[in-house]
Amino acid sequence: MNKPDNNAWSTQLFNDLIDAGVTLFAYIPDAGNARLIDLAQAHNEARPVLLTSEEEGIAVCAGADLVGKRAVMCMQSSGVGNCPNFLSLVKGGRFPILMVVSMRGDYGEQNPWQYPMGQAVEPVLHAMGVLTFRVETPDELEPATTAAVNAAFEGGHGAALILSQKFLGAKPFPKRKAS
Amino acid sequence: MTKPTLDRRQVLETLFPQPADHLFVSGLAGASKDAAGLTDDGDNLFTMAGTMGAAVPMGLGMALAAPEAKVAVITGDGEMLMMMGALATVASMAPANLSIVCLDNGCHGETGGQPGHTAMRTDLAKIGAGAGLPSTLTITGVDELNKGARFLQEAKGPRLLVVRITDGPATAYLRNMDPAACRLRFRNAYLGIR
Repeated sequence: MNKPDNNAWSTQLFNDLIDAGVTLFAYIPDAGNARLIDLAQAHNEARPVLLTSEEEGIAVCAGADLVGKRAVMCMQSSGVGNCPNFLSLVKGGRFPILMVVSMRGDYGEQNPWQYPMGQAVEPVLHAMGVLTFRVETPDELEPATTAAVNAAFEGGHGAALILSQKFLGAKPFPKRKAS
Repeated sequence: MTKPTLDRRQVLETLFPQPADHLFVSGLAGASKDAAGLTDDGDNLFTMAGTMGAAVPMGLGMALAAPEAKVAVITGDGEMLMMMGALATVASMAPANLSIVCLDNGCHGETGGQPGHTAMRTDLAKIGAGAGLPSTLTITGVDELNKGARFLQEAKGPRLLVVRITDGPATAYLRNMDPAACRLRFRNAYLGIR
C-alpha cells in the first residue's frame, strides 16, 4: 500500500484549515492527527486543545462558535462513538461542527477491536445529521477539505472529513503464528 | 458533611450582582432555569436542555475563543460529573477568564430527585483541585454567599465554586428552549449583529 507522506498532507490540511479561519484544534491524540496537532502547536494563531474524551470537543467547538470563532475536532474513528448525544447541537442547534476523523477498523485493519466502531462511523454520523467527506487518495484531500469546511461554516452543518485507511495506510501489527 | 441549607433560587443573584458583565453557559434542567431567572433569559446566556455534560467544555470553548470576556458556567453536580474529564482539560488550558459554578443538590432533581454521588462520598471541589484547577471553594450556607461572590471576582482562574444547596425546586422560569434560535440570539448579541 502506498502510504502518503504524513508531513505533506498534514501541512496541506493544516494550511487549508487556517485559511478557513480555524483557530482552535480540539483533539484526542491519534497517529493520524499527530503532525496536524504539532503544526497547530507551532503556529502563532492556532491553539491545540487536548481533551479527555471526544464529545468534549463537540462542546468546545460549539462554545467557540457562540463567540464567532472557528474550531475543529480531530479524533480517531473510535472517538466518533463517544460523540452522538453532543451532536444534538448539530441538528437541534445548527452549530457548524467540523470534524477530522482518522480511520481505524477500515481498509487493511488488523486489530479486531477496531472494526465494530470503524464500520459504524459513517452511519452514526449520518444518523446525527453530520455530512461525511471521505478521502481515499491524496488528490481527494484538498477538495474534500474545502467541501467539509464549506458545509460546516457556510452551510451551517456538521461536517466530517474522513481520512480513510486507504489514504492513511493501515497500522502494522506483528503477526502471531496461525493456530 | 454539613447539611446544606441554601435555597438555589437565592444563590445566583448574590454571586453575580452584575450579570450583564458575563457570558453564561448553563447545563440542563435546574441550573438553566436558575440562570434564565438571573439574566431574564438574556442574550448573554446559552442554556441547554439536553447534551448532559456539555456545560463545562462549552464554557471552555467560549473562554478560549473570547479571552477578553468573563465566562461563567452554571451547572449541576450530575451534569458536571458526566463530563468530569473536562475539568482536567480546563486546568491544562488554564483560561483565567472562566468560572464554573456548580449548584450541588446531591440529586438528580429533574428526574425525580434520585440521589447522586455527591450525596454519598464524592467531593466536587476536591475533584476540581485534583484536576489541577488553581482555585476551588465549597460553600454551604447563606452566610457564605458573599464569600462565594468574592471568590468569583478575585480567585485565580479558572475557578470552581461548588454551592451546596437543598434539593428544593429551581427557579420557575420558562426559557426559550429552541437551541438554534438561542444560538443566533447569543452570537448576534455578542458579535453586534442586528
